[in-house]
Amino acid sequence: MAEQAAVIGIGQTRYSSKRGDVSIAGLVREAAQAALTDAELTWADIDAVVLGKAPDMFEGVIMPECYLVDALGGHGKPMLRVHTAGSVGGSTAVVAASHVQSGTFQRVLAVTFEKQSESNAMWALSNPQPFSVHLNAGAGGYFAPIIREYIRRSGAPADVGIKVAVKDRRQGARNPLSHLQLPDITEEEVAQSMMLWDPIRFLEACPSSDGACAMVIASEALSKVAPRKPAWIRGAAMRSEPTMYAGRDEVDPRAGRDCAADVYAQAGVTDPRRDLDCAEVYVPFSWYEPMWLENLGFADTGQGWKLTLEGATALDGGDIPWNCSGGVLSSNPIGASGMIRFAEAARQVRGDAGDHQVEGARLALGHAYGGGAQFFAMWIVGTEK
Amino acid sequence: MADDIISEMAAPIYLPYRFTAGRAPARFLAQVRRGVLTGQRCPRCEKVYVPPRGSCAACGVATEEEVVLPDKATVESFTIVYLPIPNNPIEPPYIVANLVLDGAHISFIHLLSECDNQTVRIGQRVQAVWKDPEDWDYALDNIRYFRPIDEGDVPVAHIGHLDVDGNWEGDT
Amino acid sequence: MNPVAVVAYSQSECRADAGAMNEVEMIMPQLQAVYEQVGIDNAQDVDFVCSGSCDYLQGAAFAFVAGVDALGAVPPICESHVEMDAAWALYEAILKIRAGHAQSALIYGFGKSSPGELPTVLSQQLDPYYLAPLWVDSIALAALQARLMLDSGAISERDMAAVVSRARRSARNNPAAQFAGDATIEEVLSEPYYLSPLRRSDCCPVSDGASAMIICTVDQARAWGCPYALITGIDHRIETHHLTLRDLCDSSSTRQAAQTAGAGEGHIDTAELYAPFSHQEIILRRSLSLPSDCIVNPSGGVLAGNLMMASGLSRVGEVFRRIVAGDSTRGLAHATSGPCLQHNLVAVLEAA
Repeated sequence: MAEQAAVIGIGQTRYSSKRGDVSIAGLVREAAQAALTDAELTWADIDAVVLGKAPDMFEGVIMPECYLVDALGGHGKPMLRVHTAGSVGGSTAVVAASHVQSGTFQRVLAVTFEKQSESNAMWALSNPQPFSVHLNAGAGGYFAPIIREYIRRSGAPADVGIKVAVKDRRQGARNPLSHLQLPDITEEEVAQSMMLWDPIRFLEACPSSDGACAMVIASEALSKVAPRKPAWIRGAAMRSEPTMYAGRDEVDPRAGRDCAADVYAQAGVTDPRRDLDCAEVYVPFSWYEPMWLENLGFADTGQGWKLTLEGATALDGGDIPWNCSGGVLSSNPIGASGMIRFAEAARQVRGDAGDHQVEGARLALGHAYGGGAQFFAMWIVGTEK
Repeated sequence: MADDIISEMAAPIYLPYRFTAGRAPARFLAQVRRGVLTGQRCPRCEKVYVPPRGSCAACGVATEEEVVLPDKATVESFTIVYLPIPNNPIEPPYIVANLVLDGAHISFIHLLSECDNQTVRIGQRVQAVWKDPEDWDYALDNIRYFRPIDEGDVPVAHIGHLDVDGNWEGDT
Repeated sequence: MNPVAVVAYSQSECRADAGAMNEVEMIMPQLQAVYEQVGIDNAQDVDFVCSGSCDYLQGAAFAFVAGVDALGAVPPICESHVEMDAAWALYEAILKIRAGHAQSALIYGFGKSSPGELPTVLSQQLDPYYLAPLWVDSIALAALQARLMLDSGAISERDMAAVVSRARRSARNNPAAQFAGDATIEEVLSEPYYLSPLRRSDCCPVSDGASAMIICTVDQARAWGCPYALITGIDHRIETHHLTLRDLCDSSSTRQAAQTAGAGEGHIDTAELYAPFSHQEIILRRSLSLPSDCIVNPSGGVLAGNLMMASGLSRVGEVFRRIVAGDSTRGLAHATSGPCLQHNLVAVLEAA
C-alpha cells in the first residue's frame, strides 16, 4: 500500500520574459534553494531529484539532467528526467510523489523549468515535415479551431474568453512572482487587443516566460515534523490518449475526464465545485477555463461559461476560485507551468498564498495538460491526510 | 568594469538530419506526388486515417489497406490567422481549417482560400486546389489550399462520417 | 523491497539504418511480441505504461507523442515518459508498483539514431555555456577516458581488444546483433586507430530499433501463468557533470547503485553491462567487483548493437531471458546515460 506523502517546501522564481541575470543552472538552483529554505532543509537532506521540462529543443540542451546535476545537488543521488509535453510540470510532481509513496525515499526534490528566452520555442515546435503543411501557427493555431467548436456547441457568448483574461490577470497582479502585472486591465483592452488566431486575441493568450518551480515532497513521518504546514497529497493521477484518432472529442477529451474521475475518487471528492475550495487549472488560452470547467466536472456539459460569467471562479466573491495565482495566462514557463499549478494548490492549503490566498482553503486541485490536450496530470492536496 | 561583464552569447546549433517520414507516410507521399490522396483503413475498427502514420491510434494496430480518397472535404472547424507565415506569400488574415476528406474519419490541417473569411463555417464543403502537376513533390503542399464548393453544408453530426462519394453514412 | 516480476521482453534487430520506419512502426512489433508472451491484447490490459526516448536522436520534438499511437490508448491509459533510456522508465514503473498504484506495467524504449550524426548530437548534452559550444563529441570524451586508463596502467589495449573479441563471439548467438563474428584479439589490435586510443571496434555501433518489457507483481505473474524472473533490487545514481571532478577510471555511481540494489547479497553469475566503449566494460566490471566466473554480456552487449534509449532496458531483458531459460539464477543488469558513464542504473534479477 502507498505511503502518505506531503509537500513540505515550495520554491518559485519570479517569472519574466527573459531572466538574463541567471544561467539555466542558476534558474533551477534559485527555485530549488527557495524550496529547501521553505522546508528548512539543506541539500544533504534530499534523497533523490526529479527533473521535468518540456522538449529539450526549447533550450537546445539534450537530457539536461546531465548538466543540471550539480546545480541541484544531485551528485551521488538518483536523478530522473520526466517529459510528458506541456503536462510535464504536473507529471513531474506525480512521479516525485510516487518516489515517496513507494516507500523508497523519505524526501524528494522535484524541479521543473523552462528558459524560453534561450532559444526559439516556436521554431522547436514547428520542424517542417512533408506530410503536413508547414503553417508555423504554433499552439494558438492548433487550439483555436477547438475553441471555435466549443463556442458552437455551447452557444457561449463571445465575451466569456475576455472575462477570463481579465480575471486571471487581475488575480496575477496579486502574485508578486507573476510575469504579467496588469492590475488595471479592462475587458475593453482585451477586446481591442490584436486578434491572433480567431477567436483567440493577443490578451487571451499566455505569455512566454522564463522560470522554475520546485517542491520538496516528504514521507508522512518527516512531513509531520516539518516546520511549516504540510500539504497532504490526497490523490494523484495521469492519463494519456492518442493525439489524433477517429472519433476523438478534442473539445472535451476523455483523458481529462478520466483523470479527474480518478483523482476525485482517491480524494473522496464527489462534487468538485462543492468539495474543493479552489483550483489551479492549466488555462493557456482564456476559453479553456469554461472548457475545463465542464471537462473537470465543475459544470455540466455546455454550462461551464455560465460559472465564468457569474463570477463563480473569481478569487473575490466566487464560490470556487480558479487560478488565484494568475494561472498560465499570467506566467508560462512551459515545462514548469504544470508544477506551478500543483505548487499553488499546495500553497493554498498551507495558507501560504499571500495576497491571492483563498480564506480557509482546505482542499485544492492542481491540473496540467499537454500536447494537443491528450496528456493530463492532476493532484488534490489538503490540510488533512 | 561593467562593460566587461558578458551577459549573453550566441551559440547556434546546427544539426543535420536525414528525415524519414515512415513507411506508411512514405506510401502516402508517393501517391501525393501523383496527385492522389490515399488513406489507410484500420483492420479492427475500419476507420480511415489520412495522412496515415502507420497505425490506428485508437486500436494500436498497424494499418495496411489503402483507400483512394477524393479531394473533397468538409470543414470540421477553423481559425482565422492574423499572423504572417515566414517564407510564405499568403497574406493574413487567412484561414487554417481542420478538414475531413470524404471517406476519411479524421481531420487534417490545411489552408482555406478563395473564400469570404466572415462566412466560412463548420460543415462547409470544400475542394482541393492543386499546384501545377510539374511542381508536384512528395509533400502535402502539392495542394495549395482548399476552396468552398457549391454543395450544401453537412450537418455537424455527420461531419467525419461521409463516404468516398460524399454521402452521409446512413443517409438515404 | 517486494520483488517485481519480469514476464515478457522483446527487442528488435539492431540495424544501422531502419530505413523509412517511423517510431510507431519500430515500436509496434515489439509491443505485439510482449503482448503475445503474456497473452494480452494491448496496453489496456496493463495498469501503467512508461517509455523512454530522446527527441534529438531523430531531430523532431515530441518523439514520444507518436509512440502513444502504437498503444491502443482508447479509452485513455495511465502513461508517462522519461527523456532517458527506458531502463529509467522501468524504474518509474517499479515505483508505481511498489506504491500499490499499479499491478502491472508495459515499458518500452526506442531510438532512431541513423537520421543524425549521433556522436555530434550527443555533444549537446554538455554544459551549454562552456562545453557544448566546443562540440566535443561522445566518442572523443570516451577516448579521453580510455587514454587516462591506459596511461595510468589500469588497462592495456590488449584488455580492450579482449572485450571486443569476446563481445563479437558472444553476439554470434544473438540474432538481434548488428556486429557478430570471430575476431581474435590480434585481429582487433591490427585495426587502425579511429579516435586514438579507440579503434572503431572499441566503440558501439549506431543502431535503430526498439525494445519492450512487461513487469508486474508476483501475484499477477502467477495469474498470467507465464515464466518470470524477479527484480529483487534496483537503484540508479548520477555523478557530477564536471569530468575533472570525477575519477574517470572508476564508476562510483555504479558501485553505489549496485550496493543499494543489493547486488552483493549473493553470487552474480551473469551480468549485462551497458558499456558503449570497450574500456568502459572493464571500469564497470571492476566497480561492481564481479566475480571471475561471472559471464559478462552473453548477448554481446552494446558493442554488438546499441539502441539508444532502449539498450539499458534491453540489458535487463537479456538477463531476464537467461534466467527464464535456466542459464542463470542471479544476474545483474546495468544501464548508463551521459558522457563517460555519468549516470548509472543497476538492477538485480533472480530466478523465481
